[in-house]
Amino acid sequence: MYSRAYSRLVTIPPLLWVTLFLLIPYLFLFCFSFWQVHAQVIVHSWTLSNYGQLFHNPIYLQVLLRSIRIAASVTLLALCLGVPLAYYVSFRSGTAKNLLYQLVIIPLWVSYLVRAYAWKTILGSNGVLNTLLQYTHLAQHAIGFLLYSPFAVVLTLTHIYTPFAFLPIYASLEHIPRNLIEASQDLGASRSRTFWKVIFPLALPGIVAGATFAFVLSLGDFLAPLLLGGPSGIMISNIVVSLFGAAYDWPLGAAVAVVMLIFVMALIASTERLERKLSFT
Amino acid sequence: MFRSRWLSIHAAVVFAFLYLPIGVLAVYSFNGESVGGFPPRGWTLNWYRLLAGDSALWASVVNSLIVAIAAVAISIAIGLPAALALDRVRFPGKAFFRRIVLLPLILPGVITGISLLTLFVTVGMKLSLVTIALGHGTALISVAATEILAGLQKFDRAQEEASLDLGAGQWRTFWRVTLPNLRLSIIAAVLLIFTLSMDEIAVSFFLIGRDNTLPLEIWSRLRRGITPEINAISTVIFCFSLITIVLWYRIRQARTSETTPAASVQ
Repeated sequence: MYSRAYSRLVTIPPLLWVTLFLLIPYLFLFCFSFWQVHAQVIVHSWTLSNYGQLFHNPIYLQVLLRSIRIAASVTLLALCLGVPLAYYVSFRSGTAKNLLYQLVIIPLWVSYLVRAYAWKTILGSNGVLNTLLQYTHLAQHAIGFLLYSPFAVVLTLTHIYTPFAFLPIYASLEHIPRNLIEASQDLGASRSRTFWKVIFPLALPGIVAGATFAFVLSLGDFLAPLLLGGPSGIMISNIVVSLFGAAYDWPLGAAVAVVMLIFVMALIASTERLERKLSFT
Repeated sequence: MFRSRWLSIHAAVVFAFLYLPIGVLAVYSFNGESVGGFPPRGWTLNWYRLLAGDSALWASVVNSLIVAIAAVAISIAIGLPAALALDRVRFPGKAFFRRIVLLPLILPGVITGISLLTLFVTVGMKLSLVTIALGHGTALISVAATEILAGLQKFDRAQEEASLDLGAGQWRTFWRVTLPNLRLSIIAAVLLIFTLSMDEIAVSFFLIGRDNTLPLEIWSRLRRGITPEINAISTVIFCFSLITIVLWYRIRQARTSETTPAASVQ
């Protein structure tokens, strides 16, 4: 029903733009990862040495594993906070439902920087939490490990990405036909049995999607580690940042980014497959 | 665990976790001392006064506004046809296209940032507000396309058919039928993209030239040490985000309830 001119007009400009500003940059990144730096100049000679370096120098693997650990902790915490909350808002909150939903999504769009900075002021050795603990005599001295540690990074990222995890979980709960729950309860199942046998299996694709969001976004974060992580909280993207900055080795940085990109894409592809397998429709 | 009481307590704890830090930030923006110890001592509007006279900060606000407006223009100009194409045109590579368009939504900003950086540097483009706007605009096409696609999926095509049957041409139908139906989706997308661009830092971090955007200005000050002036600007930013998001939510609600009779039959 749409004419050829119409189809072309809505298809070609986005295709061109996306090719120019998304596809080609990713390809450039890929190319850069096979180049080299000689005397502060990027030389376009093809080599695998950047990737070799990644696998031979243990620091890269070490930081990557730490990033995965941090991202996994954030994901777990975000699910512990997000799943019961989504269940509560979707099934039990009654008339307050819309308000509570809004309260969860507001922090989602509130400046990343504002929230990361808030944790910095709270966790610092002269910060709100430490001085509060001393004021109430719960602690004698300032607790040092609160700020500039992986702990601070996990806490901040959990705060930032819990609403991200919440959204798909809540959406999947909202799509569950309410008469299924009534049927389960009419047949004598308790609330917990109804949850585990009816609600949870139906919500599982949403939970997987939420976990993927939280994991991928926290894995690639570099601002929270820079602001609150200290030396022991450095993550994989920080290596990319420093290689693209002061260290000036873009090809090596590009190689790290390509490895990250492939890891993330593979993860998304497999969780998407998992979601499809888990969904009943 | 399934008792309502435990669930309510859990929800209250999560909300406290989400909002307490922002609350603390706001309280300390009125703190009389520049070190943020507990309890806060003495109330003052001093930090806000400092803020009002901070010309470097206001310059960065203007830069951010320019970038955000440009980003909105780019992402809607590309995201609207992209959503139409995804909704109603068959073309080779469509699944791949959809994936690439939505990629910046889930990909860490650092990857989007450095891949654009390699492009701009290779073609010899100077880093400036223009490159940041191009970066934001491109990354946020994903938001525009998803918002508008959601609107299109609710939209009843019989209206377009009726318009065409009655003799209106393709373009007239687009301007008089399709676009007005997408009005709320487009407004919602504009609000979201504007807010996200104003706050964006990961992509801008790599594409910045001489002029700072607001988040990068704050970022560079944070690295020099923290002052309650940053609390004050953060509180102001929070209030602005709050207003736009509540507005966005209202529009989305309106869109949900605004179903045509024909659509509700389906």
